[in-house]
Amino acid sequence: MHSQNITIDNITKVEGTAGLQVLVEDGSVADLEFIIKDYRRFYIEAVKNKPIMAVPSFLSRICGTCSVAHLFAALKAIEKSQGIEISDQTHALRRLAYDGLMIRDHTLHLYFFVLPDILGVDSIIDIPDDPENLGHILLHDSFDIKKVGTEITNVIIGAAIHAPLPRVGGFLKLPDPSRFPELVNKLEAIRPQVLRGIKTFFEWNENLTRNSDYLCIQNEGQYDFLEGDIINSTGKRVTIEQFHDFLKSVVIPYSQSEGYVFSDSHDDYLVGSLARLNFNKDLLNTRTKADAAPFLEVFPSNNVYHNNLAQAIEILQCVDDAIDILKSLQITQEKPLFSAPHAGVGVGVVEAPRGILYHLAKIDERGMIEDYDVIVPTSQNQINIENDLKKYFNENLDKGQDTLKLEAEKIIRAYDPCMSCATNFLKMDWIEK
Amino acid sequence: MEPPAQFTSTNQPSATHSKLIVGWFSFTCSEDSTILFTELLNDHFDEWKKLVEFRYLKALKTRNSLEGLDVAFIEGAISSEKQAAEVKKIRDNAKYIVAVGACACTGMPSASRNDFTSEEVTGKIAWYMSRFDYSQKVRKLEDVIKVDDKVEGCPMNATTFIEVLGKYLKLFNIVT
Repeated sequence: MHSQNITIDNITKVEGTAGLQVLVEDGSVADLEFIIKDYRRFYIEAVKNKPIMAVPSFLSRICGTCSVAHLFAALKAIEKSQGIEISDQTHALRRLAYDGLMIRDHTLHLYFFVLPDILGVDSIIDIPDDPENLGHILLHDSFDIKKVGTEITNVIIGAAIHAPLPRVGGFLKLPDPSRFPELVNKLEAIRPQVLRGIKTFFEWNENLTRNSDYLCIQNEGQYDFLEGDIINSTGKRVTIEQFHDFLKSVVIPYSQSEGYVFSDSHDDYLVGSLARLNFNKDLLNTRTKADAAPFLEVFPSNNVYHNNLAQAIEILQCVDDAIDILKSLQITQEKPLFSAPHAGVGVGVVEAPRGILYHLAKIDERGMIEDYDVIVPTSQNQINIENDLKKYFNENLDKGQDTLKLEAEKIIRAYDPCMSCATNFLKMDWIEK
Repeated sequence: MEPPAQFTSTNQPSATHSKLIVGWFSFTCSEDSTILFTELLNDHFDEWKKLVEFRYLKALKTRNSLEGLDVAFIEGAISSEKQAAEVKKIRDNAKYIVAVGACACTGMPSASRNDFTSEEVTGKIAWYMSRFDYSQKVRKLEDVIKVDDKVEGCPMNATTFIEVLGKYLKLFNIVT
């Protein structure tokens, strides 16, 4: 028997620490392990017996890059548990801040992590200093785009990372509307740069296609990261409260993160921008649909590299959505809605940049956390990533190890995984892989 | 500025460097300081590219090396003996160590499990802690290695980071 080991100790240009171990025997993959290595911090245990007001800020520390997603999911879960219906203005401000998150987070992934693969260089640091060079132009586009995303979050929620202003029921401090016209101008200024990025990721001719199922939030009224039901490829639609029962967690003995499959079929699935574009492209902002029309034709797609293109299009969606909100929003002074805490259970689900993020809060009669659960996107994608990699390796074992490793990293990067998030677990029943 | 006591004749700042040789490392944390660092690149990339060689920066590079670091910036708390061995190796390869962010500087919030009672370390928590090489307690960086500077904050304070980087650029004669 001829056997070969292919090992990547540290997958680079991703958030957090992960590795890959592949065992090849007699010309096919005998075993493949995508190993999430970040150590767990057990935050969902640590929040027990903490007052509900302190919990969203604490749980935003699950992740540096998508802290706003955890913050908002926690706020929604706690508000649901307390029967709090936030105002239309709070909805709009959260939506606007979320646009800022998506603009910054997707741009970081696409330009800092993926763009070097397109350009055939190791790192953004290796991009030539020549201002006429396309790589140089795109990299400096990314600085401008990220800055605008960050500025939106700074103005609306106080910071891009661990934002201090959102709280249960509303905002500690409302934004200064005199800043809005300046933000609109900056968003309009980056639109051509965003479109240049979309064209770049559209023209990147990489393909890994495997028939996969998809899962995302859908709001039938608009393209939405914060409100809606959850749908899958078979057309099944469940409420966010039913999401828990839709899944089965799978303990992966070599990984610090567990995986997820559908509870009925035990099939794997994908969450993230690709799922959202596959299901929701008709709901995009009118301007986005018009200017991205040639690029939208590829969706629905089963090519995992199109997750990059989908993120690039979502940046434009968020730019256009933010412009619309900033032009129409009138700020009315209002206090956060809150009354004496009581016992209750609430679910908060959002589309984090990498896919569906679920928070469940169980509150006791004192207003303290009795139990808490989190399901993050990278954990949900973990088994799908492994199955994609198995397909890739089985079809390309004639290639050299350097090529195989490089291509494996590119496939993993296409998912935009976040290992810091992935080491949170759900305390539901589990099955052994 | 006087070189610190741990400097020997072989590892003192060299006037031959054209760039400060820097490593950036993450351990147990949310990587929020790494994300903030990528935000700082929006405004400082072109300037720092001329002054700094990022010899180890896994978040942005595939080809990384620990050899001959002038300054290692380390984010995150230390959760295992394996991680402790890794930071000791970084200490051996770097002239200066800067702890970055709350988890590296104080342990918290990543060290929250240090306060768990034995009744809380059950079920999946116990399974994961026995399955992998978790140390009994999560430690801040200076509980494991000598730390020369700190950039506190959750995430790190950006102004302090720029000041500390500037301090080492001067110390190594990269800028005057």
